[in-house]
Amino acid sequence: MRPVWKENPSPGYQAIKALVLGGFALVIVIPILVVISTSLASDQDIIDAGGYVLWPSHPTIKAYQTLFSGGLMGRAILVSVFVTVVGTAIAVAVTIALAYATSRPVLFGRPVLLMVLFTLLFAPGIIPMFLVVKQLGLLDSLWSLILPGALGAFNFVVLRTFFMNVPGELLESARIDGASDFTILRRIVMPLSKAVIAVVGLFYAVGFWNAFFNALLYLNDTSKWPVQVILRTYVLQGKSLSADQLGVEPLPQPQSLQMAVVVVALVPIVLLYPFLQRHFTKGVITGAVKG
Amino acid sequence: MLKRASSTTRVKSGLPFAVKWRRDWQMVLLMIPGVLFLLVFFYLPVLGNVVAFQDFQPYLGIMHSEWNGLQNFVNLYDNPDFWDALRNTLVLAAVQLLLFFPVPIGLALIVDSLVSNRVRRWFQTIAYLPHFLSWVLVVTLFQQSLGGAGFLNNLLRQAGLDPIPFMTNPDTFPLLVVAQLIWKDAGWAMIIFLAALTTVDVSLYEAAAADGAGRWRRLWHITLPSLRTVIVLLLILRIGDILSVGFEQFILQRDSVGPGAAEVLDTFTYYAGVVGGDWSSGAAAGLAKGVVGALLLWGANSLAHRLGEPGIFQRRS
Repeated sequence: MRPVWKENPSPGYQAIKALVLGGFALVIVIPILVVISTSLASDQDIIDAGGYVLWPSHPTIKAYQTLFSGGLMGRAILVSVFVTVVGTAIAVAVTIALAYATSRPVLFGRPVLLMVLFTLLFAPGIIPMFLVVKQLGLLDSLWSLILPGALGAFNFVVLRTFFMNVPGELLESARIDGASDFTILRRIVMPLSKAVIAVVGLFYAVGFWNAFFNALLYLNDTSKWPVQVILRTYVLQGKSLSADQLGVEPLPQPQSLQMAVVVVALVPIVLLYPFLQRHFTKGVITGAVKG
Repeated sequence: MLKRASSTTRVKSGLPFAVKWRRDWQMVLLMIPGVLFLLVFFYLPVLGNVVAFQDFQPYLGIMHSEWNGLQNFVNLYDNPDFWDALRNTLVLAAVQLLLFFPVPIGLALIVDSLVSNRVRRWFQTIAYLPHFLSWVLVVTLFQQSLGGAGFLNNLLRQAGLDPIPFMTNPDTFPLLVVAQLIWKDAGWAMIIFLAALTTVDVSLYEAAAADGAGRWRRLWHITLPSLRTVIVLLLILRIGDILSVGFEQFILQRDSVGPGAAEVLDTFTYYAGVVGGDWSSGAAAGLAKGVVGALLLWGANSLAHRLGEPGIFQRRS
């Protein structure tokens, strides 16, 4: 509803607003749409359109069948899913425990908090990280993609702020009834913080799924590559997904194969996005702004 | 400040250690996994920065490599590639600040002025999405849209025009980088301004309108002043973080544009150290960047405090 004091906008002003917002939205949507359409397009569609297809007239999933017939993409998806699921589970558990323990005035609480906050200020650098991962024997192991990301300072701050706002009286009364700290965390604090824990978990999941540089740095073994590295190698750098890797003849147009790889990297995010969107404004703004 | 505050609270709750341990041991147990993580994957690498002061040889390891004092930093000083990387970093940061920073503010003002909630929700849904896409995906989408064989250049060729090398021209690379940043994060960065706009007292607008202030006067005298604190804060923090311009974005495009335009401090560290095998030079560049970055961030945060803003590191907590 327009408040009474607000004048009706002039048509010119309306048009500019529509142009800016509409243009911005279209610039985001069109590339994504073209990628999805081209991945579903038949060879003839692609040849007729000269490369990219805005809307496939004969949709086919041949590109995906080809992509998944060889071991390459299936293996990469397994790697990415494993890293994302296990990484998120570990990271959420570690972050909840640490954030709760430092959200109350307890023994060692303050020095540990400072230990975490210092990570916001300084980054140890690529080379020392590489040397540590190497010393631990994690090179070429999927744990090198999981363990270094097991605690994000931003997610920690969001959770800790939320935990600090849980009323102390609630916890005190549970303690008087004989509940231990573990019980309080599991039975009172975590159920109260479901939404914000979901946000933090989704942020971690997106981070693990999207991580690219870790894999480039720590993994030489191409059979352990996650989806993002496949995307970089076969689409961005244009290395051809040759027949021996896929094992199917005849290959569909390389264009649609490449776009299918892009879609594989895109789909999990688009599927998670509605859940993310429902919560993040609430969770993140309360977490970050109240600080 | 922090120390004094904590020691006074200690005195107030001055229980003996054994009593506190009996009360808090479960909480301490909960800290252990996180602390272990920090020690192994943060503080150990921080100490590992000593290789910046060594002539590090991988087969000798940190313990047996020879110390060479500040020699690595002297070498960096004499290395034109390092200065190129530093220059590129600063140029890119400046271009980002000038061209990226105002975009989310403008978008937020337009979105906030929308009367229809449905349009607003639609726009937000679309605008936030790219933030969650990986840099590999974003750069790939740009390449497929603007690259030599991409969507747009295909259209140009079909129309009989010359293709434009958006993705490979080093001279326009800063603009390309900012365009990618705007595409990915301008919508997301809008959130904080939208949140600030919801806190503006509507009666101010109403009173101003009753006094005859038009749309632009209200924008200038009410809306922008109420955004000022957020803008100042984000500006200061961005300046404090100026040596970090994004890493994956550059590593992904360094091959196609060339290191002359796309080498930044982080990629220099990676290519000199991990790829080139000159571990010590890479570590020295990384350490220099880390220390200067920390000082800048700390300085920016203190400045924010002095201006009465909360900053990112708060005194109370």
